[in-house]
Amino acid sequence: MAAVGEGRITYDARGLAEPQAEAPHVAEIDGDRATFDAQGLSTRLINLELRRLLYEEGVTDVTVQNPGAKHSLGVGILTRCRIAFEGSLGYFGCGLIDGPEIHITGRVGWSACENMMSGVVTVAGNAGSLTGAALRGGDLVLHGRVGARTGIDQKGGTIIVLGDAGMMTGFMMQRGRMILCGDVGHGLGDSMYDGTIYVAGKVASLGIDCVPGEWNDADSEFVERKFRIHALGSPPEFQKFVCGKKLYNYDNLEPSERKLVL
Amino acid sequence: MCGIAGIIYADANGGREVGRDMTLMLQSMKHRGPDSTGYALFGPRSGSYVMRFTLADTNDPRDFEFADRIRRNRFLVEQRLRRFGAQIHEVEEETEYAYRVTFDYVGELKQLADLVEDVPGAEVLSLGHALEIIKDLGDAESVAMQYELDGFRGTHAIGHVRMATESDVDISGAHPYWAYPFNDVAVVHNGQLTNYFQWKRRLERSGHRFQSECDSEIIAVYLAEKMSEGASLEDAMRDSLHELDGVFTYMAVTEDALGVAKDEMAAKPLVLYEGDDMVALASEEIAIRAVLDREIDTYDPFEGEVMVWQR
Repeated sequence: MAAVGEGRITYDARGLAEPQAEAPHVAEIDGDRATFDAQGLSTRLINLELRRLLYEEGVTDVTVQNPGAKHSLGVGILTRCRIAFEGSLGYFGCGLIDGPEIHITGRVGWSACENMMSGVVTVAGNAGSLTGAALRGGDLVLHGRVGARTGIDQKGGTIIVLGDAGMMTGFMMQRGRMILCGDVGHGLGDSMYDGTIYVAGKVASLGIDCVPGEWNDADSEFVERKFRIHALGSPPEFQKFVCGKKLYNYDNLEPSERKLVL
Repeated sequence: MCGIAGIIYADANGGREVGRDMTLMLQSMKHRGPDSTGYALFGPRSGSYVMRFTLADTNDPRDFEFADRIRRNRFLVEQRLRRFGAQIHEVEEETEYAYRVTFDYVGELKQLADLVEDVPGAEVLSLGHALEIIKDLGDAESVAMQYELDGFRGTHAIGHVRMATESDVDISGAHPYWAYPFNDVAVVHNGQLTNYFQWKRRLERSGHRFQSECDSEIIAVYLAEKMSEGASLEDAMRDSLHELDGVFTYMAVTEDALGVAKDEMAAKPLVLYEGDDMVALASEEIAIRAVLDREIDTYDPFEGEVMVWQR
């Protein structure tokens, strides 16, 4: 008898679900390193192979060739390891990860590294919108330009963008830091709750409750350290932006505590 | 959701397999819209007109009268074209309800199109010297097979896969939309227009008519009106960013250009590849890779951008 939930897909509008799929065993394993060619494999097969190598074969360094901009690759990896994607990823790449160091030689589509908990992701090319949405920890380094709403709802970690960024960057940011080396579109930091945004280029306009912040030594140390760690050369001069804290009610009380106080 | 795609070749001259390429792009985005698929393909320019029209919808009930009704109405269309001065070269039956007719004609296009559409069940999908709009229910492979599009050679194209949200699943609701009555102009759209009814009433007062209840048709007619007043495609598209409300990314094609516009909220995706040999753009990069099987450099245009490429 099948376990609860297993093989229970009854409607598959997109024809993409593969509930019975198994890892294709196509990787060449050499000690703790492995390489496989993703061309011709579906998203599910690529992810199954990746998980087999990392969780069953004890591999810690995987190279995935020809990812072909497929969606949802490299998601949910919860172990310390190194993954290299030789090519581009589609939407929702490397989401929900906790620990890995991932290098992508191409570009990423919308919502890359959503809800990333820890680790490092570097992208050599450009990125779509919603990059690093709800990021909670780790470093996300983007060498190209990024689309709109980068770091929306960011809750921690650091997003570094070497190119330009689109509108509403840092929208509803809650914690963490963004280092933006290029120009930034309209509505920077709109409705942000907390966190810090550093911008080296021009800012088209600030969003609601995003205000210039006062630069201090800790800012210099932080930016220089991140540039050093990721071998980005000398940091340019940045402006700092923070939350003006006029839009929402701020205190340190939990809702239950607030009831008692009020 | 819906998915849109466009492709324009640098070394055009009518020699590229634009039908096959567009099918590959659209099929790779089937998951964005499985309801219907549409193409606006530009073949080599001809001195004659080419018109694509339908006499029924795929969904129409096949009653005992169906075949006779189609035959009768097809005869009426041909009769009206001839009566209005068109010299018909060929009428091709693409499916049991869709036709392609080539003819020579000198005169007012709007009147001609109106006369054809006055035939019961008739809908003109496209009319021009090079534009051919083909749309039907199903995914790209099934539409391409039905209309034999793999052999279609041309210069540029746009296409659409539709997930119906605000109007019926039928051919009228499928994209692309011809910019009636402006020959050789078509539009595909991903998004929603929130001032649809305002614009529909305004354009209807100006004498335009609409084939569908789909908000996307507004864009085609809006551009047509602007261009008929002398605006370039690019200027008309720039105006649309301020005059059309909602979230949208849309593509428009004319006989010698392909343009894309992205609304000021950047809420709908678009990935762009600009190479020496072609420009390809789509809602997802996976569609571009369907025709360029190599590592390529792509990017997302920013909010409020309008870009036009000329052949």
